Amino acid sequence: MEGVVTTAHGSGGSATGELISDIFAKEFHNDMDDAAVLNTGDGTQIAMTTDSFVVTPQVYPGGDIGRLAVCGTVNDLLMRGSRPLYLTAGFILEEGVSFSLLRRAAHSMAETAAEAGVQIVAGDTKVIEGHTGSEPGLYINTAGCGIMDGWKRPDGTAVRTNIAAENARGGDRILVSGTLGGHHAVILGSRLGIDVDAKSDNAPLTDMVGNLITSGIRIHAMRDVTRGGLGTVLKELAEASGRVFSIRDEAIPVSSAVADFCRMMGLDPLYMGNEGKMVCIVDRRDAEKALAVIRRSRYGQNACVIGEVLEAEERKMPGTVIMKTAVGGERMIGVLQGEGLPRIC
Amino acid sequence: MADLESIKRFLKNYDGPEMNIMEVCGSHTAAVAKNGIPSLLSERIRLLSGPGCPVCVTPSSYIDRLIELSGKPDVCVVTFGDLIRVPGSEGNLAEARGRGGHVKMVYSPMDILPMARKNPDTVFVFAAVGFETTTPVYALLMKEIVQGKIENIRLLTALKTMPPAVDYLCMNGARIDGFLAPGHVCVISGYRGYEPIAEKYSIPFGVAGFSGAELLIALCGLVHDRGHGVVKNYYPIVATRDGNAEARRLADEYFETAPAYWRGIGMIPGSGRVLREQYHMFDAGSRDLTEDRKANPACRCDQVLTGKLRPYECPLFGRVCTPMTPQGACMVSQEGSCFSYLANHRRD
Repeated sequence: MEGVVTTAHGSGGSATGELISDIFAKEFHNDMDDAAVLNTGDGTQIAMTTDSFVVTPQVYPGGDIGRLAVCGTVNDLLMRGSRPLYLTAGFILEEGVSFSLLRRAAHSMAETAAEAGVQIVAGDTKVIEGHTGSEPGLYINTAGCGIMDGWKRPDGTAVRTNIAAENARGGDRILVSGTLGGHHAVILGSRLGIDVDAKSDNAPLTDMVGNLITSGIRIHAMRDVTRGGLGTVLKELAEASGRVFSIRDEAIPVSSAVADFCRMMGLDPLYMGNEGKMVCIVDRRDAEKALAVIRRSRYGQNACVIGEVLEAEERKMPGTVIMKTAVGGERMIGVLQGEGLPRIC
Repeated sequence: MADLESIKRFLKNYDGPEMNIMEVCGSHTAAVAKNGIPSLLSERIRLLSGPGCPVCVTPSSYIDRLIELSGKPDVCVVTFGDLIRVPGSEGNLAEARGRGGHVKMVYSPMDILPMARKNPDTVFVFAAVGFETTTPVYALLMKEIVQGKIENIRLLTALKTMPPAVDYLCMNGARIDGFLAPGHVCVISGYRGYEPIAEKYSIPFGVAGFSGAELLIALCGLVHDRGHGVVKNYYPIVATRDGNAEARRLADEYFETAPAYWRGIGMIPGSGRVLREQYHMFDAGSRDLTEDRKANPACRCDQVLTGKLRPYECPLFGRVCTPMTPQGACMVSQEGSCFSYLANHRRD
């Protein structure tokens, strides 16, 4: 790898992958996944993850960088099936950051952590010189750990989960926990000075995931829908499982404000970033129950079944995602190509 | 008019002579893919993506000039995001920025105004790329610059008009039996300009909207009109024969017609717009950017743009050339035909 870092390396796409495999994974001798599951030695397993937040603007409709910093890490832990317990917080502040912004971010972090049932237990602060001419930056890193098999049934027994990207199988139903693109639209709208009648969806999905797991639903795969959007997540899950995903365009939930904004900007909600949405792939027999559980959980009232998993066949190669369009056509869905929107989280 | 279901049946079951239908608007390229239109057509109707993306047709010397400007100590290049990874003859603006070049991304040309007012010692150069739809916005910017007596803004223009390029394609490109005329462009410039071309080559033009149904209706009309030199408006809700006179008047106030250089195609007479003589002091050297060297000699963007080659038939497609490592301009922009084919796994 020659040359210098460009914004493309931060997009979460193929350039980021190259950066990780060519530089970090080589030295650290592991896959460098989002979250790792580790053995503690006494039979308990913990999930561990870290994430850094650089979103601009730092305060936006529906949230701020503090809330985002807790949600991102908590949701990464949840998607592994773990119950999040502890977070750490590192702050990198550029000279000139106002105390009121910092207070607001800290307050949001505390509030969101309480909502998510986690404690912030350690932290660090660094101050660096700012860039003249631009808003002083506030950057937050959070690391977190959660306990595997940490969810308890009402009778107190632990639920063992087997949730993994490769577990989707023919007949499974694909659920999305709510309307897509809110966070992306709000961030982009704020930067453009366009009033979007929407709020960021940044939210911890603890209640939703906890309810799903403890209600005995056979969850085969689960993934939060973040930077690359629903299209990227579905393609990655289809490839990991070697199955074919079939979804319907009209079933994909998008609020009318976000849909209008997308039409105006030439954006596709399928590739817009979210910070409080997930895809859940469940056994067909549990689909209705799962939908009901998500809809009565916090942040899940607009959940929908958007399609199903098929076994691969001759005409439909493993890893294919096919969308039936509103006009009756078929469109192949791939991962997000190109840079996406920088500094969305 | 027939209902949508019978239009779909007609297009799927069509078994007449083969038809190549070209779209010359990046938004059409994207809408065709998004609605899965190819899957609704008979194998005898083939869609081609023409030079409809302004970024894709910008010659390499234009990018080279922007890179050169970005390296000057008191100059800042201001651009839309999709230009930033377009390859010049060596490297792109993203790399120039990584090396310390001054490049700012904006979403609207007007964003350059506060920058220039705040930093009077820096010259801000806007990379003014676009077709008929974008030119009036640059004219508005010029109006602000002239009226506000702002002295530290320049435009590096690569402005193009579609009808001369369509004429060129009919003469020199692949066999084309019908054009989806660009709906948005026709809102501004009207579709009158396509009438002589339709007549000259006996090719139908259908002014089309961007929804699935609007595209299918226009395609159905084009198949029916095969061999007839007619222009029909299937997007009457916004497109008209004469377009938006006020937008055109504003554009004409600041810009005049000139030859333009198209990436991979060369010079097409009368297909460009440049700043008028009296506004030359606001030009950053746009007129002499004629050279067009490929960053990768194996790149086939020129044949893709003229409909002679499908994007996936290029030996670099998806392997050496990806949206993150574009070798040619068609892979850079979301509206580029190579990008659209790759992102949507199109193999039609």
